[in-house]
Amino acid sequence: MTAIKNGIQSVTGFFSTRPGKIAFYVVLALFTLLMPVYFQSVGNAFMVRIFALVGIYVLLALGLNIVVGYAGLLNLGYIAFYAVGAYAGMNLGFLMQELLMGLGFLGEKPENWSYWALLPFAAVPGAVAGIMIGGPVLRLRGDYLAIVTLGFGEIVRIAITNNIGGITNGASGLPAIGQRVAPVAGQEWARLNLSSGNFIFSKDLYWYYIIVALVLFAVLVITRLDNSRLGRAWVAMREDEVAAASVGVNILTTKLWAFALGAAWGGIAGHTYAYWVGFISPESFNFMESVLVVCMVVLGGMGSIPGTILGAVIITAAPEVIRAMAASPAFSGILTAEQASLVGDYRFLIFGGLMVVMMAIRPQGILPSKRRARELHPVDEKVLAQENQQLWEAEHKHNTDSDIL
Amino acid sequence: MLKVNDIHTFYGKIEALKGISIEVQEGEIVTLIGANGAGKSTTLKTISGQLAPLHGSIEFLGEAISGMPSHAVTAKHVIQVPEGRRIFPQMSVRENLDMGAFLRNDKEGIAEDLEKVLDLFPRLRERLAQKGGTLSGGEQQMLAIARGMMARPKLLMLDEPSMGLAPVIVDVIFETIKRLNEAGTTILLVEQNAAMALQVAHRGYVLETGSVVLQGGGTELLRNEQVRKTYLGEV
Ligand SMILES: Nc1ncnc2c1ncn2[C@@H]1O[C@H](COP(=O)(O)OP(=O)(O)O)[C@@H](O)[C@H]1O
Ligand SMILES: [Mg+2]
Repeated sequence: MTAIKNGIQSVTGFFSTRPGKIAFYVVLALFTLLMPVYFQSVGNAFMVRIFALVGIYVLLALGLNIVVGYAGLLNLGYIAFYAVGAYAGMNLGFLMQELLMGLGFLGEKPENWSYWALLPFAAVPGAVAGIMIGGPVLRLRGDYLAIVTLGFGEIVRIAITNNIGGITNGASGLPAIGQRVAPVAGQEWARLNLSSGNFIFSKDLYWYYIIVALVLFAVLVITRLDNSRLGRAWVAMREDEVAAASVGVNILTTKLWAFALGAAWGGIAGHTYAYWVGFISPESFNFMESVLVVCMVVLGGMGSIPGTILGAVIITAAPEVIRAMAASPAFSGILTAEQASLVGDYRFLIFGGLMVVMMAIRPQGILPSKRRARELHPVDEKVLAQENQQLWEAEHKHNTDSDIL
Repeated sequence: MLKVNDIHTFYGKIEALKGISIEVQEGEIVTLIGANGAGKSTTLKTISGQLAPLHGSIEFLGEAISGMPSHAVTAKHVIQVPEGRRIFPQMSVRENLDMGAFLRNDKEGIAEDLEKVLDLFPRLRERLAQKGGTLSGGEQQMLAIARGMMARPKLLMLDEPSMGLAPVIVDVIFETIKRLNEAGTTILLVEQNAAMALQVAHRGYVLETGSVVLQGGGTELLRNEQVRKTYLGEV
């Protein structure tokens, strides 16, 4: 036992040293960048898609983490922003194609660069939707906020299913007949120039790298936010709204910023998903998706970027990896294909159970932010009692000194 | 400096303030005293923008501030130290104090003021890295006042700073209030501890169920028969 403990300690000890950290990040970076190439080269396109999908959920979870983790506002309809981004981006893309073809810039087979052209704007429809839902519910907290945002998510999904404004094509999804999402220019270039022999630089691989770049960008932006004035305002507001207002925090705009920025990332993720997969329908944006993203943030650690990423990776990848493992000969006999697909079918049940267990033993998440951990597990009761005792004594000792001031 | 004119504030249908008028001159300590539920906190909250009055006006340095949101009132350097201290429990003492200067950008001025409040409360200096939530009640009150001072208040409004504190700490707090005032800060002090409040205050108002029933100089009120009976517990 002690040998194992020492072993673990020396490993964790190594990873907290500087060279250890560097080694960890190098390995992580290599894994992230090269694993999909490996899978692609052995012809396992499925795993490449899983990697890309994980990336999309990481983006979503990072965005939701702004709202839930930083500002402390529970949002159960987050997937609505993902939907808004996806539908807005596609429709704007079609409009642009038409416009450019009308002006004679595009020929018969349009090279679709609308993903790139619209990327800066993908965030905007999401953010606007964020403000639209954030505005009316600013005075709500906790349960009430959760219920209203849940309702909002459902409204958006139903509106899409009902082909609102004639732009969503209802349950059949987009693109509709006659519309088409042409391959993005860079994608074609990569296939022609970066493939070699059996290895094809596929569409999925191309999008995977775009998604990784977006995740890096998100981490950068959110880290800066966390250390900004706005970040401090979020922490203050989460700890005590009245006190925050009394030091000059504008509660209204601070909350709206959280909604808008969180939703903006949802919009970007939706836009990217839409152009990667090339098809969107209301099914992709149901309530359970919102729940999954909340689970990712909670499991990993609210308010913590590494935690959120880890949560998204675990929850997105786990069912798929288990299924893939069952299919591989190395695991035959341990898990049959049927058993493995049961894992997929029952994943919500499993995640639900996992959440309950987490709340009981580690409410701060797997990789919590330091501050959040303290908020949820304030201080060891004994330590607190001791400290209070000392403080009490100190206070009463001062009874006789007059040097307090 | 501050002119509150006939404000009526409601909680839903309950009229908590039934036309309160008070004034604070620059350099004064003015106190609002009264029993629990008289409307003292409601008055402060209405001035600080946490609540909006239905009727009446509030003027600060000649400018109408009634109905402004809290953060805008704070920006006018009218600072409320809320009832029950309300420090940020998970932030360190230092972070709490930094939050007090949230609206300021003058780094040097902030550093200067930090030194000043730490000189005023040496116990906070010893505990700069400690979490606000682990401080004792008295220290939390000191922190709340110090945080308020970090905003360079022109008017500092304190809501029951003595609540729940040991008598010796209460003395410390009142001593500090006096010193802050002598150093130039105008103070509006809400207290249930009428005796202490009237001793430090230049003037005072007595509130009863949402109305001002009596007003006068601090010592004058201390000698007032009715005040002695009702608020100082004398028979
Ligand atoms: N949030 C609230 N909702 C409804 N009534 C309130 C609220 N806060 C205070 N009141 C009522 O308003 C009156 C004045 O309260 P308050 O200003 O807190 O008194 P004080 O500070 O003098 O003790 C009381 O009758 C109290 O019950
Ligand atoms: Mg009160």
